[in-house]
Amino acid sequence: MNSANYLYVAALLFTIGSIGVVVRRNAIVVFMCIELMLNAANLAFVTFARINGNLDGQVMAFFTMVVAACEVVVGLAIIVTIYRSRRSASVDDASLLKR
Amino acid sequence: MINLALEVGKTAAPEATMFWILAPLAVIAALGMLLAKKAVHSAILMAWVMITLAIFYIAQGALFLGIVQVVVYTGAVMMLFLFILMLVGVDSADSLKETIKGLRPIAILAFLGFGGLIVSLIGRATIGHPAVGLDVANASGNVPALAELLFSKYVWAFEVVSALLITAALGAMVLAHNHRVTAKPTQRDLSILRFRGDSLASAAGLPNPGVYALHNAVDVPALLPDGSAAPTSISAMLEARGDVIDSSPFQLGQAEDVEGEDK
Amino acid sequence: MTSNLLVYLIALPLFGSALLLLAGRKTDKWGHLLATALSAGAFGVGLYEFSQMLSRANDQRAVTQKLFSWISVGSFQVDAGLMLDQLSICFVLLITGVGTLIHIYSIAYMSHDRDRRRFFAYLNLFIAAMLLLVLGDSYLNLYVGWEGVGLASYLLIGFWNQKPTYATAAKKAFVANRVGDLGLSLAIMISFATLGTVSFAGVKAHAGQASTGALTAIGIMLLVAATGKSAQFPLQAWLGDAMAGPTPVSALIHAATMVTAGVYLIIRSNFIFDAAPTAQLLVAIIGAITLLFGAVIGMAKDDIKKALAASTMSQIGYMVLGAGLGPVGYAFAIMHLLTHGFFKAGMFLGAGSVMHGMDDEVNMRRYGGLRKYMPITFATFGLGYLAIIGVPPFAGFYSKDKIIEVAFNMGGIKGVTLGTAALLGAAITAFYMTRVVVMTFAGNKRWDEKAHPHESPALMWVPMVLLALGSVASGFLFTHGNSLVNWLAPVVAPNPAHRSEMLKPAVVSILALVVVLIGVGIAIMKYLRADVPVVAPEDVSIFTKIARRDLLQDDFNEAVFMRPGQKLTQALVLTDSAVIDGAVRGVARMTKGSGSVLRNTQTGFVRSYAMWILLGAIGLIAAIWVVTL
Repeated sequence: MNSANYLYVAALLFTIGSIGVVVRRNAIVVFMCIELMLNAANLAFVTFARINGNLDGQVMAFFTMVVAACEVVVGLAIIVTIYRSRRSASVDDASLLKR
Repeated sequence: MINLALEVGKTAAPEATMFWILAPLAVIAALGMLLAKKAVHSAILMAWVMITLAIFYIAQGALFLGIVQVVVYTGAVMMLFLFILMLVGVDSADSLKETIKGLRPIAILAFLGFGGLIVSLIGRATIGHPAVGLDVANASGNVPALAELLFSKYVWAFEVVSALLITAALGAMVLAHNHRVTAKPTQRDLSILRFRGDSLASAAGLPNPGVYALHNAVDVPALLPDGSAAPTSISAMLEARGDVIDSSPFQLGQAEDVEGEDK
Repeated sequence: MTSNLLVYLIALPLFGSALLLLAGRKTDKWGHLLATALSAGAFGVGLYEFSQMLSRANDQRAVTQKLFSWISVGSFQVDAGLMLDQLSICFVLLITGVGTLIHIYSIAYMSHDRDRRRFFAYLNLFIAAMLLLVLGDSYLNLYVGWEGVGLASYLLIGFWNQKPTYATAAKKAFVANRVGDLGLSLAIMISFATLGTVSFAGVKAHAGQASTGALTAIGIMLLVAATGKSAQFPLQAWLGDAMAGPTPVSALIHAATMVTAGVYLIIRSNFIFDAAPTAQLLVAIIGAITLLFGAVIGMAKDDIKKALAASTMSQIGYMVLGAGLGPVGYAFAIMHLLTHGFFKAGMFLGAGSVMHGMDDEVNMRRYGGLRKYMPITFATFGLGYLAIIGVPPFAGFYSKDKIIEVAFNMGGIKGVTLGTAALLGAAITAFYMTRVVVMTFAGNKRWDEKAHPHESPALMWVPMVLLALGSVASGFLFTHGNSLVNWLAPVVAPNPAHRSEMLKPAVVSILALVVVLIGVGIAIMKYLRADVPVVAPEDVSIFTKIARRDLLQDDFNEAVFMRPGQKLTQALVLTDSAVIDGAVRGVARMTKGSGSVLRNTQTGFVRSYAMWILLGAIGLIAAIWVVTL
């Protein structure tokens, strides 16, 4: 089968993730959407590795996973901190930037 | 299962079968994650997407990444998500009603535009050669090959990323650390607090939840002597969640009905 | 030769001025005495320098003193240096001598003014600035003094600035002087651009190398400066209004010294004018016009101070005419300047004395018959009067006749025209000065019963007597053995070899005496034989009306400069507010408007920001899509 099909799947997942970031208000769900985008990119990397016949793409995907893990750890810590002070995990409630 | 997936990856036709089954499921699960009202549902669907992706990785000759995907993402990261979800709880943010005017239609348009553009770009992209496959690259096994690359060509990036990981761990600790503003109340302080209150109603401690012959659980309020439910006997959280069971059926003299009901 | 004393000439009065102004009311009790003493001290220094000068040979008399290096920019090197030569010492002695007398006079004259100390501070400031003007060894140093006397003049004209008209008069003088100052600064700039130096010695040394055109330009600009400061046509309009200042100021600044600064400037720049005949001729023409102009105005004025101011204008016209006649005229211009300094200052002090006795009344139609009540004032004023109309052997006879004579002897149509103008001026001078004396001191008394005319105190009449002595004797002293001409020779280099004698001196003197007698006669007929109406008659000829209005100079200025200037300013204001401010405000409004539109994008919601990022990504991908098409 054509490896490009994986790329289409990756594109769709990435799009869904990006829209999720915009649409959802729960900070945790927003984070999950970001994870989805990263995973879609990973899928694309792995597919490219296969198409090109070398493992560089897989190494990239590996690094992406590490960075994603870091990001999740710090991001969730921030969410917890915000929740502790504001009693809300809604990204709309943290809109102090306007004032 | 892994072996099976590996086998599938070897030949074209089984892989296509697997792809056409799993890919739509993954996309549907992702859409479901986007549209699910409860964050927990989103998390479960997300886990499913990740497992699917792990299978895709393995099918494409990335055995190590597939395993890591399951272990790190589905295992660690998603558990972290669920853990934080439990910590933060349920709030109005789970509502899907859009509060920012005009964002929804723009988002839909952006979805169609972004997706359409990127899909048509991939459709037009020419790689210049057919897919090479990883048979040569993985000749000595995927993990040794990856390790060789990681510790030679990418060793510097690897070290930097490890530093990043440690920094992130420290950052999370700093962020999550909660400073006490006042000293922790001692037993003595708590005792004084209890008796110095407006009333002595709570001086002896809160009443237990209802303990009945037929039903004994924390979600049933105790009955006061006049037969009404004691609101302080159950956790306020349960009440807020609506997980309180009406205790009136357990009143003396009405137990027979309950018995029948239970059966 | 150098001298370390020169700086004290300026420093003494400058110190007095600074002390009196800065120390404030604490010095009220003795401030006027200190100022007078410092002025006298400067006079003493001047006398000492003069005596030292006399003891040296004629070409060794100039002394200099370098104070410090003032400006050092590339090739533009100016030292703050002082120079005292035969020309400067005349001025130094005049300024400090007459200045000291007027200080003494002012002690009594201003005794009832609560701001007497401030007045003396300004007087000292004026003395210092004027000395700097005549002592500076370069045009730039002169310029500092030039501006300083302008400032002092402004402050003193507007000394009683609680009256709006006085404040306006001060402003008018200042503005008119600014026009002249512009000429001086332009002259300095042209001088530096073409000659590369602004010092007198440098310009004199390099003047031969410059083109006649450049020298003419410098000369005309210097003339513009002189017309502003010396109230010459066409910038003379301020002098009449300047009489708003206290009378001692009018005597010192607007008669004896400051207004002669223009004459000093022209004569100091003789090396430029000698090399630029066009500019020199222009100087003579301006002088001739002004001497008639001032004289005509003088005939029509009823205000004693304004009549004297018009006379000053006219007499300075004589000096400028003399300065414009070239090397033969310089010394006589200076001579007339000095004699005029004596007799005009004396007459102004006399006028002040009359006003002092008449409750500050200035209208001559309300005087009359005062000689019985103020004998000393009458005597000193009368001596000044005889000097100014040129009756021998008084001072004016020597100086004015010399100018008339030199004017005639220029030869050709030029000589006849200028000489006739000067002669006519002498006749008119005789007429209006006789008018002033007759209306003030002779005839019937026309003042109210309430006024009690009395002689002024000794502090006032002693300076008047001293000045009157000067008006009597100075002319004779200056001409005796050509003393002043020889004295000034090293500075202005007279050239008697080429003198053509059109009229002999005796003929000129007789001619002048005749026209003077005619003028006096007419005035006596008109004002002594006939009664003088207390209110100025309105049924007079159009010429009189015009003369009363300063020959329409104010109206001319207003119509030609002020109204169009006002219109231009209004147009500029309109342009400024509509076009420039409009553009600025338009930019601001545009910024604000676009800001308020763009502000809507700044919701503070992270999701809308994410939306913008997404839209940006879409735009990027769309661009790639299009590019790879």
